[in-house]
Amino acid sequence: MEENRRGRIALLGLGAALLVLVFVSFLLGRYPVPPGMLLRILLHKLLAGLGSLLSPLVPGAAGWGLGQSWDGSMEAVAWNIRLPRILLSCLVGCCLSVAGASYQGVFQNPMASPDILGATNGAAFGASLAILLGAASQMITLSAFCFSILTVAAAFFVSRLAGGKRVLTLVLAGIMVGSLFSAGTSFVKLVADPSNQLPEITYWLMGSLSGAKWKQVGLAVIPMAAGLLPLLLLRWRVNVLTLGDDEARTMGVNAGRIRLIVILCATLITAASVAVSGMIGWVGLVIPHLSRKLVGNDYRRLTPASMLFGAAFMLAVDDVSRNLLTVEIPIGILTAFVGAPFFIWLITRKGDAF
Amino acid sequence: MSIEVRDLRFGYGSGEVLRGVSFTAKSGELTSILGPNGVGKSTLFRCLLGLLKGYAGSIAVDGEDTRRLTAAKLARRVAYIPQSHYPSFNYSVFNMVLMGTTSQISLLSSPGEAQRAAAQAALERVGVAHLRDKGYTHISGGERQLVLIARALVQNARVLVLDEPTANLDYGNQIRVMEQLRLLTGEGYTVIQSTHNPEQAFLFSHSVVAMKEGRVLAEGPPARVVTEELMAALYGAEIRVASLYGDRVRVCVPRSVAEG
Repeated sequence: MEENRRGRIALLGLGAALLVLVFVSFLLGRYPVPPGMLLRILLHKLLAGLGSLLSPLVPGAAGWGLGQSWDGSMEAVAWNIRLPRILLSCLVGCCLSVAGASYQGVFQNPMASPDILGATNGAAFGASLAILLGAASQMITLSAFCFSILTVAAAFFVSRLAGGKRVLTLVLAGIMVGSLFSAGTSFVKLVADPSNQLPEITYWLMGSLSGAKWKQVGLAVIPMAAGLLPLLLLRWRVNVLTLGDDEARTMGVNAGRIRLIVILCATLITAASVAVSGMIGWVGLVIPHLSRKLVGNDYRRLTPASMLFGAAFMLAVDDVSRNLLTVEIPIGILTAFVGAPFFIWLITRKGDAF
Repeated sequence: MSIEVRDLRFGYGSGEVLRGVSFTAKSGELTSILGPNGVGKSTLFRCLLGLLKGYAGSIAVDGEDTRRLTAAKLARRVAYIPQSHYPSFNYSVFNMVLMGTTSQISLLSSPGEAQRAAAQAALERVGVAHLRDKGYTHISGGERQLVLIARALVQNARVLVLDEPTANLDYGNQIRVMEQLRLLTGEGYTVIQSTHNPEQAFLFSHSVVAMKEGRVLAEGPPARVVTEELMAALYGAEIRVASLYGDRVRVCVPRSVAEG
């Protein structure tokens, strides 16, 4: 039970850290919002929201809320600019980490990350192509999402054509199809208009959450929730799957089917994340490993820990990205700055052998 | 629970690996499959465990064709105890054993109190309860093998299949693992193991199935099956079989050693 207690404490700690970070993130930014004011705005919004939900049942509920004692632009900054961005960073961080942790489990490979089957390469191609065709921002997101799913689907069908060990051929097919799409991205960059399209593509590829709006949060949350829920529910089976297909099957687990479901869900949340945020590398590799350090390899704890840790990490990195310099630093650059040294540490440290 | 293999045939591509294998492993007996590398022992085990299905012939557990059983149902009848291994991710010994309960819980749930109690009981039964919070990859090979036996016990299967359980163990651990298996056969488990060691057949087995080139050369009690002729046929080695302790034990000795 010792292990259980440690895991529970770690999860509570992560949850608390995330809450503090969310609050601090509201305060950070060029336009100052004092903490007291912020609490009142949030409370007001909460009451007003609750009121409009309950108004058919409770007479007068529609008018709930605090008397407005703040500047309207302050409310706009907190509610329409910072909150969607905070939510989107948390969602993206949460999804990329869980996707990484899940891929690692079902591929029995500690080095797997969300782009192992080409999901990010596909999204990059989809976004670049949409920018080249002059699409609006919603279409760019949609195109990135669809191409991301398409890439993984292609890798999956290619691996079905090949014989041999399923896991290995799937990973190889993912690398091949992924590199095909990144060649496509290079081609799009070559023919793109260097005065406006090329910079836009380049900026998209570096990853950013600067365009976060309520609309995007609303769109992204649907596939994310749809993917996260099965991953949470199946996490015990993922434990068994890490022992390999044969052992899992002799313990009564339909290894092929569980892996397929996990890959589907992990791909869905990766595609949704990359579509709204661009290419953000390393999070899906680094956070699962830090979470493993914290709570161990048991997915009953690892999956929720990765969710919380990923959300907190991405939020912190995004805060740095929008506040460190007067211009925003693309978030993908920052995660690479953290991720690459971590990776070097991971492969050079002594102790647990991979 | 007995397991009955009838005229089992299996081939990968063009080559036939199993060419009509038949034998019966009875409840309360330890059956050793003896034979050199590449005679199809592993293929036979993969068929027994339901990992290979495209075979001809039949495998029945208590009269039920295993091919008709779902993976979960088969897991509650036949358990696999692999050689002690290093998985990609380290789990605590307790969680490793707990994984054996997976076929008893629904798809979307995690093991509950009943499963945890069963895992604890199994650890105590094979005498490794003191290791429960250790990492599975941090204990010795013999301890890992015992943990895997505990995991098979919580699976509630009455047939245990072991692929060369003592292959990588030192002598003391070999004895500990084999004695554990003998205890389990005493409680009515059906134990099937493959081995390279004819003495293990003499010391611990009730029945021996000698295999060569995908066929069964001989089947029966070790004293009748493991003869000098059989050892020559199986391994191409000249062996003398010596009797000790009033023929309660027999040992194999290379002729070059026995006769100077």
